[in-house]
Amino acid sequence: MKARNFHYIKPASLAHALRILANADGEAVPVAGGQSLLAGLNMRLSAPKLLVDIGDLDELRGQSRTADSVRLGALTRHADLLTSDLVAQDLPLLRTAAPHIGHLAIRNRGTLGGSLAYADPAAELPACAVALDASLVLGSLLGEREVRAEDFFKGLFETDLRPGELIVAVKFPIQPAGTRVAFAELSRRHGDFALVGLAVVASMQGDRLDKARPVYFGCADRAMFAPSVAAAITGLRPPFDDDSAFAPAIRQDLSPDDMPGLRADTRLHMATVLTGRVLNSLSERAAA
Amino acid sequence: MIGDEEIAIETTLNGKPLKTRVRARQHLADFLRQELELTGTHLGCEHGICGACTVLIDGRTARSCLTLAAQISGHAVETIEGLSDSGKLAELQAEFIARNAAQCGFCSSGLLLTAYEVVASGAQLSRSEIREVISGNMCRCTGYHAIVDAIQAVMTKGRC
Ligand SMILES: Cc1cc2nc3c(=O)[nH]c(=O)nc-3n(C[C@H](O)[C@H](O)[C@H](O)COP(=O)(O)OP(=O)(O)OC[C@H]3O[C@@H](n4cnc5c(N)ncnc54)[C@H](O)[C@@H]3O)c2cc1C
Ligand code: FES
Ligand code: FES
Repeated sequence: MKARNFHYIKPASLAHALRILANADGEAVPVAGGQSLLAGLNMRLSAPKLLVDIGDLDELRGQSRTADSVRLGALTRHADLLTSDLVAQDLPLLRTAAPHIGHLAIRNRGTLGGSLAYADPAAELPACAVALDASLVLGSLLGEREVRAEDFFKGLFETDLRPGELIVAVKFPIQPAGTRVAFAELSRRHGDFALVGLAVVASMQGDRLDKARPVYFGCADRAMFAPSVAAAITGLRPPFDDDSAFAPAIRQDLSPDDMPGLRADTRLHMATVLTGRVLNSLSERAAA
Repeated sequence: MIGDEEIAIETTLNGKPLKTRVRARQHLADFLRQELELTGTHLGCEHGICGACTVLIDGRTARSCLTLAAQISGHAVETIEGLSDSGKLAELQAEFIARNAAQCGFCSSGLLLTAYEVVASGAQLSRSEIREVISGNMCRCTGYHAIVDAIQAVMTKGRC
């Protein structure tokens, strides 16, 4: 199908973009990579009056590191996560997750800011952002504010973004030396959104798991930190050949819905199998 | 109802500068096919799934159904026509033909461009990695095996 009609503007600067968004009375929508938005427009799932093309704004690009965090611009493409030395060095979780996002051509266009703003409950990057305790830098005419990823995702495709605000960048705290990360998902076909996925950031105390942040995606209305699973696996020594240590906790934290072709119970079973795999693969590679 | 708004764009298409006006809501695939009669770029699903509409933007594969014509201003676009005429796809096309990796041909332009991006990058991939690369391009005729063979053959020769 074809999109409904709309106006289009490519602002020359971030300040210009923010001015347009502020004056549009909620009728303007930013477009970055377009890989979610344009599919929805073509299917007429939405019909905004004005598209503000932020895809060429230099202020939203760039990758940098300070002593305590790595900052990735909102326009960081999924493909950049696979080639960036900074990401490979300091954010191996993103490097591991990126190949699971869509396909080559989607990763070439889709952006970090777009993925977080879209807040698909089955998307990889929101889960990684929550697991890594990232903060989103949100800009508007009023200035900038920072929101922790865990507070940013409010529900199904719902976020804390206010009208007139853009995600400018994402700040990922540098993980302490020795931090381990692992990521896996189950989907029907390559490049599909996950039916169940899990990102874990963990520290070790000798050969035992110390603090772990397991974040599930694809089985709730948003990327979900699982507190009972975190508590259940603390102090355990991988590898696990038995899931009884964390299976009840998974049922406490997750309550997926039945969906056509997939019962909630099957999903919980998949989550349990996946958790065993992810914990066993907690890579030796440190995240810092 | 909003009327059709026209946007001025300046781009490079298949190596040649192009200055024109496009309709705001027209996606790149329709612009190429309907305004420029470059019909080698195909449209299947029109929502990012099938890969038939693949073009190169700044040297990287992209869905032309998920890109507005207006968005390519300031960027370079290459289509199956440009890459064929330049001879850059000759090796891949020869291997596709030799193995019957193009049957009805609907998917072929998209698959050739996707293959071109990875072959031109110099990557040497395993068969399963090649399958991963082409996972976003659907083919309803060949069963993919011959396509993987063709891409692998060109990759092994180390040129495109
Ligand atoms: C076939 C297909 C398969 C896919 N598979 C996956 C997958 O497996 N996993 C996955 O995670 N994603 C998948 N995607 C989606 C893809 O990752 C998108 O790129 C991503 O969700 C959105 O990024 P974008 O830059 O394209 O955003 P756009 O489509 O441009 O925008 C998406 C939304 O975010 C808003 N927005 C964009 N940037 C900003 C910003 N900086 N500040 C505020 N709001 C902003 C837009 O207004 C819009 O509402 C798939 C897409 C397709 C077409
Ligand atoms: S027509 Fe663009 S991906 Fe199918
Ligand atoms: S050759 Fe017919 S769809 Fe691929």
